[in-house]
Amino acid sequence: MTIDLTQFHEAFFEESFEALDSMEAALLKLDIGAPDKELINTIFRVAHSIKGGSATFGFSDIASFTHSLETLLDELRSGTMQVTVPMSDLLLKSVDVMRAMLRAVQQKKPIDAQKVSDLQFDLELMIAQKPAPAAAVIPAAAATPAPVAAAAPAPAPAAAETMSPASVPKRWQITFKPFPELFARGNDPLRMLRELAELGELESLADLSAMPAFAQLDPQSCYMAWNLQLTADVEESAIKQVFEWAEGDCELQIELVSGPATEGAPQATTTAPPTAVAAPPATIAAAPPPAAAAPAPAPAPHAAAPAAPPKLEAVPKADAPIEKMADSGSIRVSVEKIDELMNTVGELVITQAMLSQLGSRLEGPTAEKLRAGLAQLERNMRELQESVMRVRMLPINVVFSRFPRMVRDLAQRLGKQIELKLTGEQTELDKTVLEKIGDPLVHLVRNSIDHGIETPEKRAAAGKIPAGTVHLDACHRGGNIAVEVSDDGGGLDKNRILAKARDRGLVGPNDVLTDEQIYELIFLPGFSTAEKTTDVSGRGVGMDVVRRNIKELGGKIELRSELGKGSRTIITLPLTLAIVDGQSVSVGGETYIVPLISIVESMQLKAENVSRLSGRGEVFSFRGFYLPIIRLHEVFGVEPRTRVLDEGLVVVAEGEGHQRIGLFVDDLLGQQQVVIKSLETNYGHVEGVSGATILGDGSVALILDIPGLIRATAIRSAA
Amino acid sequence: MSANTPVKNAGEGSHQVLTFVLGKETYGVDILRVQEIRGYSAVTKIPHAPAHVLGVLNLRGSIVPIVDLRMRFSLDRAEYTAVTVIIVVSIMSAAGRRDFGVVVDGVSDVVDVDTEEVKPAPDLGSRGATDYIRGLVPVAERMVVLLDIDKLIGTELATLAGSNVNQAA
Repeated sequence: MTIDLTQFHEAFFEESFEALDSMEAALLKLDIGAPDKELINTIFRVAHSIKGGSATFGFSDIASFTHSLETLLDELRSGTMQVTVPMSDLLLKSVDVMRAMLRAVQQKKPIDAQKVSDLQFDLELMIAQKPAPAAAVIPAAAATPAPVAAAAPAPAPAAAETMSPASVPKRWQITFKPFPELFARGNDPLRMLRELAELGELESLADLSAMPAFAQLDPQSCYMAWNLQLTADVEESAIKQVFEWAEGDCELQIELVSGPATEGAPQATTTAPPTAVAAPPATIAAAPPPAAAAPAPAPAPHAAAPAAPPKLEAVPKADAPIEKMADSGSIRVSVEKIDELMNTVGELVITQAMLSQLGSRLEGPTAEKLRAGLAQLERNMRELQESVMRVRMLPINVVFSRFPRMVRDLAQRLGKQIELKLTGEQTELDKTVLEKIGDPLVHLVRNSIDHGIETPEKRAAAGKIPAGTVHLDACHRGGNIAVEVSDDGGGLDKNRILAKARDRGLVGPNDVLTDEQIYELIFLPGFSTAEKTTDVSGRGVGMDVVRRNIKELGGKIELRSELGKGSRTIITLPLTLAIVDGQSVSVGGETYIVPLISIVESMQLKAENVSRLSGRGEVFSFRGFYLPIIRLHEVFGVEPRTRVLDEGLVVVAEGEGHQRIGLFVDDLLGQQQVVIKSLETNYGHVEGVSGATILGDGSVALILDIPGLIRATAIRSAA
Repeated sequence: MSANTPVKNAGEGSHQVLTFVLGKETYGVDILRVQEIRGYSAVTKIPHAPAHVLGVLNLRGSIVPIVDLRMRFSLDRAEYTAVTVIIVVSIMSAAGRRDFGVVVDGVSDVVDVDTEEVKPAPDLGSRGATDYIRGLVPVAERMVVLLDIDKLIGTELATLAGSNVNQAA
């Protein structure tokens, strides 16, 4: 399974820019005297994840720079170095440089190598100054033009270990034995070895004993192991860090063979690349024997650092403000602002509707013109509303993109071969909806992988290709979005589900269920047909939660399956949570909105079609089924225009899982899109009501929640 | 602090109260909690709501519940007329700020109340809960009942969500 990494580049850039913003904010908040540990950790994490990401994507220049930065931050984190004004200045500059580098890579332009290596040199210098050397070093070193500038990725300014006779480098013995899956996790041992080599002198001995014969060789598995000897004056944690990404995917032993005790001679240098470019003579010459150095606070390379301001806002940022955001085609706006805009537009729509109503009643020559103007206004309003709505829309790719990794990991863990197919990733939907479908989808995909797709052997036995396919698809369907998770696995065994349900008394022994009703059982709380519970799924929590989440979004979930061929789960969601297509109905003086998605049909009943079940209310026949009648005026306690069934209308509506009811109302008024307002902001949840909206005349109408209404009546009739 | 309360004794111990009439009594709420005062207009009923919650109104785009204080205090019900007034107040609860409208007979005045003059409400025992009364204060020879609207409306709101089912049953 090969994955084209370039498709993730944009996400990496986006994330990195965001992370850098938060790093910058954290740096600015950092107190010089008493730095907040959490802030330092935040800053460290940013550097760390950018380093990891850029190394994975092969942006070696960024990785190398962030590595230096990370080393410095690690010192801060462990408390061996203190935050000083010049240091935070330097860190802020690093943020700018990283931003510039990322932008350059993003736009496929060359990186300003000189600037980067200059700053990297400063960083290394700062690290090297850790045990407070004499001030003399600084001007000398700062005056030295960065010697490594020519070889941009070369990380360390060569402060050779010979510099101080007192410092005896440590010798580390490292045994690194990766598991065969190492490559599949996106790790590259070569990169780790290179990184080790940057720490000091590295001798590596590859252990090829596990290498199979060429014919059996799987190019995607790692068969090699390494015995490494590192001579470098570093802590164990620094070595561990190199292997951090491979943690859990390898056997790792790190032993100190020889070297000074930690409290030994002051370590004048922490990094010493074996490929040291000519060391700047000035540095060495100027460095006094560490013993002679007075323990002075780390001095500033920039002359001005006397009275350290408590906060860093005062510190000027990078000398050249890099064209921040100048050429980016998008801006980040808080959701709050957009919601405000949406609200205002909603208000405008209502006002416009009110004006239209008024205008239609006027007469005379000017009235005609007014109506034309109002019609124009209405068109513009609709466009405006749609545009604002679109601002909140994001491609579903945001959610889909997390699946390749998850599927790969799960497949490996379960020993299955799975191919993930993603289609319709560009389908856009509302951000709030998007945020809430992630978890249900993860659940469905897990189910497909764990229960759906069979092991390669089983598949072979069933005459299928060994690799199963999980397909995620999204598309627009009317005013809704349909997201489908399908697999070509074993499918659902109807008989087993039914047997299990009978076992548990959920279904009577003689009840006959349709296929749909059987699949419906899967959504019951605590229902699982998995033979064994795995850590992936099968505990029976899940499908009911999935359905509840989907319901909360005003959507529907449907399951289709064919034994031996696979299953499909289809989720239908509204495009946005802000607007719903509704049918207005009237009961007495009140107007209610029934979401169109719940409506099957509206009809006038004839008295002879209605029968009364003893004590269980009224039912009527609809397409061969008997449906219960819910009288809205009874449920909501309003005085209706009529109580006679054939004088009003019945809206056939669908609740959870094809459960249909006839909703008795006085009259149908009209269909319209309504802006959903929350009742819960100022009041609370009302059973059977999902929200409210404002009608053209400024009055409030409640939006019905059909599944909730069915539940509420069930409770009432049971009580 | 002193700039916007240009009254003698203005200072830490004084605050402004909006007084309104309900039947024969005068009540007061902290002016800082009052969002607006508007005329009465028809409300949309909420199913299963307590009797004193009349329904909801559209208040510049947000849905605001309307409470009839007469019914809340078990007074005789008054007809809603053109002069019936709704005071929109915000209450602070654990769930954050909520806006509510209270229907009253009429709004009287904004008065300064010296905190030292506020007397605790006497304990009426079983004849009525008084925990929503912050105190009594004489204003121009009349007694004003200072209301703690957080307690008056907030506490029952908190139980509202869970109580709907029971009420329906």
